[in-house]
Amino acid sequence: SSAAAVSLENPIRATLFPGDGIGPEIAESVKQVFDAAEVPIEWEEHYVGDTVDPRTQSFLTWESLESVRRNGVGLKGPMATPIGKGHRSLNLTLRKELGLYANVRPCFSLPGYKTRYDDVNLVTIRENTEGEYSGLEHQVVRGVVESLKIITRQASLRVAEYAFHYAQTNGRKRVSAIHKANIMRKTDGLFLKCCREVAKKYPDITYEEVIIDNCCMMLVKNPALFDVLVMPNLYGDIISDLCAGLIGGLGLTPSCNIGEGGIALAEAVHGSAPDIAGKNLANPTALLLSSVAMLRHLKLEDKADRIHAAILSTIAEGKYRTVDLGGKASTSEFTNAVCRNL
Amino acid sequence: TYMPRPCSDIRAAQAVTLIPGDGIGPLVTGAVRQVMEAMRAPICFETYEVHGDMPAVPEEVVESIRRNKVCLKGGLDTPVGGGVNSLNVQLRKELDLFASLVHCFNLPGIHTRHQNVDIVVIRENTEGEYSGLEHEVVPGVVESLKVITKFCSERIARYAFEFAYLNNRKKVTAVHKANIMKLADGLFLESCREVAEHYPGIGYNEIIVDNCCMQLVSRPEQFDVMVTPNLYGNLVANTAAGLAGGTGVMPGGNVGHEYAIFEQGASAGNVGNEKLVKNKSANPVALLLSSAMMLRHLQFPKFADRLETAVLQVVKEGRCKTRDLGGESTTQEVVDAVIAALD
Ligand SMILES: Nc1ncnc2c1ncn2[C@@H]1O[C@H](COP(=O)(O)OP(=O)(O)OP(=O)(O)O)[C@@H](O)[C@H]1O
Ligand SMILES: Nc1ncnc2c1ncn2[C@@H]1O[C@H](COP(=O)(O)OP(=O)(O)OP(=O)(O)O)[C@@H](O)[C@H]1O
Ligand SMILES: [Mg+2]
Ligand SMILES: [Mg+2]
Repeated sequence: SSAAAVSLENPIRATLFPGDGIGPEIAESVKQVFDAAEVPIEWEEHYVGDTVDPRTQSFLTWESLESVRRNGVGLKGPMATPIGKGHRSLNLTLRKELGLYANVRPCFSLPGYKTRYDDVNLVTIRENTEGEYSGLEHQVVRGVVESLKIITRQASLRVAEYAFHYAQTNGRKRVSAIHKANIMRKTDGLFLKCCREVAKKYPDITYEEVIIDNCCMMLVKNPALFDVLVMPNLYGDIISDLCAGLIGGLGLTPSCNIGEGGIALAEAVHGSAPDIAGKNLANPTALLLSSVAMLRHLKLEDKADRIHAAILSTIAEGKYRTVDLGGKASTSEFTNAVCRNL
Repeated sequence: TYMPRPCSDIRAAQAVTLIPGDGIGPLVTGAVRQVMEAMRAPICFETYEVHGDMPAVPEEVVESIRRNKVCLKGGLDTPVGGGVNSLNVQLRKELDLFASLVHCFNLPGIHTRHQNVDIVVIRENTEGEYSGLEHEVVPGVVESLKVITKFCSERIARYAFEFAYLNNRKKVTAVHKANIMKLADGLFLESCREVAEHYPGIGYNEIIVDNCCMQLVSRPEQFDVMVTPNLYGNLVANTAAGLAGGTGVMPGGNVGHEYAIFEQGASAGNVGNEKLVKNKSANPVALLLSSAMMLRHLQFPKFADRLETAVLQVVKEGRCKTRDLGGESTTQEVVDAVIAALD
């Protein structure tokens, strides 16, 4: 759907999974802000069931997945996977069924919210389907186990392609491939080879390679050195959380999953926080910023910019900060302030 | 009081194998040599040329380490993607140096974002992701094997707890990703838990590696001793080193039942920095502190204390520091300052 044709009368349909715990409260916040900003989106809400759907072997129904496939875009709150056997984790179900191959996490310092780092502005892009998380493990003999890391040309090219595409469309200048090819010469070597091939097609974007341990050290010493980072699964998992830590934690970091055929499922990466659920205390920032990432994916740039700016100025003002940021505001007070700042 | 033998000539000294290595290696090992000489430490170095692009570590070098039991080493440059295996990894495997140790701590005089960092990362050094078992299944699909054994997990866990006990540390944290790698990291955790039971006086907890890195950058003071499989340890140690002031100042080494190699703690492989080599301005602090650890390992605690005190004093005074610490000094200027500070 092209941005020009959509309007409030002819909105884009998007799937919304409010999720568990604090999920419904922060999803409510997004809906309220979208209404105030007159975003032409019509939500199709889906909830996680309490029985396993045999078609998905998960608490997520086939209809829910079909909704994302049909709409091509969605927003997801935190989901608490019930403990027990015989079903797949909800996140794994989504990733596998929707072919969500890349996880994109923009990480930037929030002006006015002081952490030890105030110069972060980077994006981590993580390969999401293979690598160390292949799930292939076995016991060779008692006391000896092996775990397989798989790197394929196809998946590496795909994520590299997305990283450069992202850099180009978001005005970013540099892509760093993060690896450990000095030790894992074949697997990470193949990953690098694919990144290099793709890099050749984007002569305007600087390409560099950084060894993962060095990357960790550079990130904590001077995160401003980085722009877009692309990496295999495990490294992405670790580096993206490390970067979230730099700017103040998972309550502030948005994320978006990219799938086959341009599917995008934006999500807050924090958990369901059952301890504060239903108390109007949750910080909706991560989910709000994720919804901004979703709007950018839909090329609704002006709406995205407005909402983004309103979130930042609300936090910078400091009058309506939620408890996790050291303030006293409730979820709804914060949300109202964002709407006013639009 | 140190009571030397009467004929205090070089033969009475403890022999130590010295590998200057590549890049900044010769500079920083040279620094150690000078300070040792100035102190008249009872050490004599047997020096060997080893370079990262050699197909293997020469047999005579391995022989020398086996004979002396202790080695001091600069970095060896491991070419990325070339046909050469990491000589660092070869040495660790051949000499069964199963534990790598990095001490990441705030040095007075170095301003960092975090205070109160005092973390010892103890990392399994011989298996895990560094097994070196990789192959192409079909074109475009490659596999790498991560191998975790009960034997290696148990002995690294035992080393970590024993280290904590001997150094009067209070807590050991195991780093893992057992929610995803249920068997491999699961086995590692199981081993840690079993060993932990034998050390009731030392606290034990577990943390998932991604959360661990997030916690490190937000509240590093919560960590004490950390025990990890191979790859996670590499990342955790470099992260912690970065927090506390950079790889140029963190000491460490590799140790097994028989032998020990002391080197710059985090990023021992770091050598490639042409500019540091050309300007002769690599920071010798990390390797000097590692040598203090070596002297303590060799049971020369007095010399270790003197060396460490002098180095820390120079860092604290801050008049003489290399670029990575925001100064302008060359390696030699730091060495001279350390020698002058020896009491
Ligand atoms: N959006 C948020 N706003 C405010 N506080 C939050 C938010 N998200 C997390 N927290 C706080 O951080 C703590 C840990 O968060 P997390 O979301 O991981 O909870 P959790 O108990 O691990 O849930 P789950 O089991 O779904 O992972 C929570 O207990 C909560 O106090
Ligand atoms: N002794 C030192 N003095 C000054 N700077 C240093 C020193 N050691 C490391 N550095 C800085 O840290 C950077 C990264 O070093 P690092 O050792 O991580 O390189 P590397 O290529 O990752 O090595 P490896 O992965 O093999 O351990 C160097 O380029 C250098 O700028
Ligand atoms: Mg994670
Ligand atoms: Mg390194």
